[in-house]
Parts: sequence; C-alpha cells; structure tokens
Amino acid sequence: MQIAIIDYGSGNLRSAQKAFERASREADISADIRLTSDADWVSKADRIVLPGVGAYADCRAGLDAVSGMVEVLEDAVIKQAKPFLGICVGMQLMASRGLEKATTNGLGWIAGDVVQLQPKDKNLKIPQIGWNTLQVQKPHPLLEGIETGEGGLHAYFVHSYHMECVNTDECIATTNYGGAVTAITGRDNMVGTQFHPEKSQRLGLALISNFLKWAP
Amino acid sequence: MTLKVRIIPCLDVACGRVVKGVNFVDLVDAGDPVQAAIAYDAAGADELTFLDITATSEGRSATFDMIARTAEQCFMPLTVGGGVREVADIRKLLLAGADKVSINTTAVKNPDFVAEASDKFGDQCIVVAIDAKKVSSKGEEDRWEIFTHGGRRETGIDAIEFAQLVVSKGAGEILLTSMDRDGTQVGYNLPLTRAIADAVHVPVIASGGVGNLDHLVEGVTKGGASAVLAASIFHFGTYTIGEAKAHMQAAGIPVRMHT
Repeated sequence: MQIAIIDYGSGNLRSAQKAFERASREADISADIRLTSDADWVSKADRIVLPGVGAYADCRAGLDAVSGMVEVLEDAVIKQAKPFLGICVGMQLMASRGLEKATTNGLGWIAGDVVQLQPKDKNLKIPQIGWNTLQVQKPHPLLEGIETGEGGLHAYFVHSYHMECVNTDECIATTNYGGAVTAITGRDNMVGTQFHPEKSQRLGLALISNFLKWAP
Repeated sequence: MTLKVRIIPCLDVACGRVVKGVNFVDLVDAGDPVQAAIAYDAAGADELTFLDITATSEGRSATFDMIARTAEQCFMPLTVGGGVREVADIRKLLLAGADKVSINTTAVKNPDFVAEASDKFGDQCIVVAIDAKKVSSKGEEDRWEIFTHGGRRETGIDAIEFAQLVVSKGAGEILLTSMDRDGTQVGYNLPLTRAIADAVHVPVIASGGVGNLDHLVEGVTKGGASAVLAASIFHFGTYTIGEAKAHMQAAGIPVRMHT
C-alpha cells in the first residue's frame, strides 16, 4: 500500500510519518509511507494524508505553491474516491473557507467555515491546548474499537479555530470546550481530525490504524 | 467532558544531554533525553518540554538529532525552546519533530518576532517563555520583571505588561518560570502565576520551584495555571507522573488518567 503524506512546507511531517509507520507495523500492513511534494506520486498513492500546522492562509498558499497538487487532490479524493485524512489545518482546509486573520478559500469539500473558538465559559483559554475526550455524533469506521465519551481515551488538541459544519451529518465527533467543537468531520471517502492523531498516543495510533484498514 | 490539566516534565538539555539547573547554575547531568522521553511517554506525561541551553552550533545540531530521535518513538506533544532567533530556527525545530516552539530572549529583544512567527506557524505553535523575578521590596505591592539569558540579565520590563504584549502579538501560550523559585523546591510563585493567568486569555504553564505534589495542585487551584511543569521531582524519581496525576485528581482537578 502506498501512502502519501503531503509535504507543502507545513507542519510536523516527521511526527506524522513516524506515527503512520508505527501504526502500519502494529496493524501488520505493509505500507510505503512517504512525505512527498510530488503530485505524480500523490496521484498514484492508495491513501492520502494532508497534515498541517500553521496559519490557515499560509497553509493554503503553501499547498497552492506545490505545482499540480490541488488538482491531483481533487482528482484522487473527489473523482477517484481514495481514502483521505486531513489533520488539524489539513482538516480545516477541507472546509469552504477559513476566517483566520483573513478570509481564505479552502478546498470546499465540506460545507462550512473555520472560525475562531468562542467558548461560552469566559474562563476557558484560547487556544484550546491539551487532552480532551470525543463525543461521537455519527459512528464511523475510524473510531472502531476506540473508547469514546467521558470515560474514554483522550485526543490531543491544539487550536484556536474550529470548523462549523453546515451539514450536521458531516460532523462525526465533537469535543466539549465551552460548547461542542468539531473534532472529526467527514463524508464518503474523506475524513479530517481537528486533533493530532500522531500526537494522541493510544487513541491516535488506533485511529491511524483504522484509517489504514478503512475501505469506504 | 472537559479539557484536562496537563502535567509536563521539563528536560533541560545541552548538547543532546539532559541537565537540570538549580537556580540555573550548578548543572547536574540527569541522563539521556530520548530514554527519559520514552519513559515519560509510557508513564502518561501529557506533554514534554525540551529547553535547549546549548550555546554552540555543534551542540545545537546534537539537539536537533535528539528531537528527531524522540519524535520517532514518542507519539505525544513536544515543545522545544532555547536559542530560537529567526523563523528558520522554528521551521527546523518543527521539521525535526517539535510541535510547539518556545521563544524567550528573542521575544524580549523584539516582540514583533512573535507576530512574525505566529503569522507563519499559527498562534497555537508559539509559546513565549517568560522568566520573571520579584523586584518589589517588602511592604510594596508585588511587582515582577523579566530576566533573560537564563536569568542572568535584568531588563526592567514588567512581567504582566510583557505577557499581555506578547499575547497581543500572537503568542499562543505562556511558559512562566519564577526565577526566585526555580530549583528551590518550595513551590510555584503563586501570586505571580495568578497575576499572569488573569491578565491573558491564553494558557499559562506554571514553572519553577516544585518540590512536592501539593505544589502542582496549588499551581492550578491558586495560581490559575492550565498546565504544570516540573523537572527535578520527576527526573530524580521523587514522584512518578502517575502519582502526580492521582494526587491532582484526588484534589478535584481534571486530569487524563489513561494514555
């Protein structure tokens, strides 16, 4: 199996690659996992991961700057329906627009805007940094075997902005931070996590392993 | 149902080795950083912080190698600070495997660097480390000022005003070390921690002075910290991460008990 982790100058790519390598070993899946900015290699990959750490506009510009990448992504994910995982800003880029500092168009795959966190409890700090639990809104193969809910495993979040899904059935899980915040979004063959699976220890490795086995 | 309070072991590293300063001098070698990181990962630490106190570029490359080796084995958040002077330094740390980068002296010299860094990497990636020392005399109202260069150089800058300034520039978190307390094991400087936590909307990590588990609890309940950082009590095995979490949970603080 060929897995492309897209390198567009953003993010903790090495951590993502290492987590995928560990998860594939543990799941006994033979995988060629590459960090790549080569659109051709991405077009041939079986599964695609878009990580992202940074400001929305900067990430979008970085993605646009990689020759042919946005077109290849559209083709692979929308037309060929290959399994896709967006992480953090990589997840946010699936939205219609990002409203961080400036208004920036996303890929437009999930209807909704990425807006600043505004917890109802004014004592809550922004960014949300740390470990929080997941509340499942719609069962999904990526969460199979993972304990969720209040007594469940924790995911590591670090974000000031979050995605507001227009279609509620595209919100797969939320986390509670002074109100419900989208933690996992997705439809069909695409899924995105606001938290960092590559940094979420047991929950993260289990989710990545589920992504490797996912047959949407 | 709620965000958990983080317990963060801090590893001071020089040339790829862990050291721990007492009041930032008299450094003692406290072991190999990658082995320490793996042990903390397994023990359920919520994050790890590496502070690189290396002064030379050769030592710096040893640090990059150390971060890379840690990130290969530990699937948990890593914050790295020390010697960050330009945007390229941040990029290099992130590519090596850091998730957040902590800026200290450069932020004091040029607060606009915080804005430049957060525009590029997002607020959530940029931690400003503030080393503060009490400067008011007995009987006066409490006042703290910023110190740089590992606590050796005073700046005359008010700690609360500086915290507000760097947050307005885009700092996503404050790592607040009380220079009076660091290495003393008598507890966090709670009035300082509370003053900064109340003054900014971003999370504050309390640091400097932990000697027992009640100190961790107080950092949250009295200091208003979102996370508590400690070095010696964990490095030298006085307490485990699990004991610290159980103690905090018993005190009613939400913590993550399962990794």
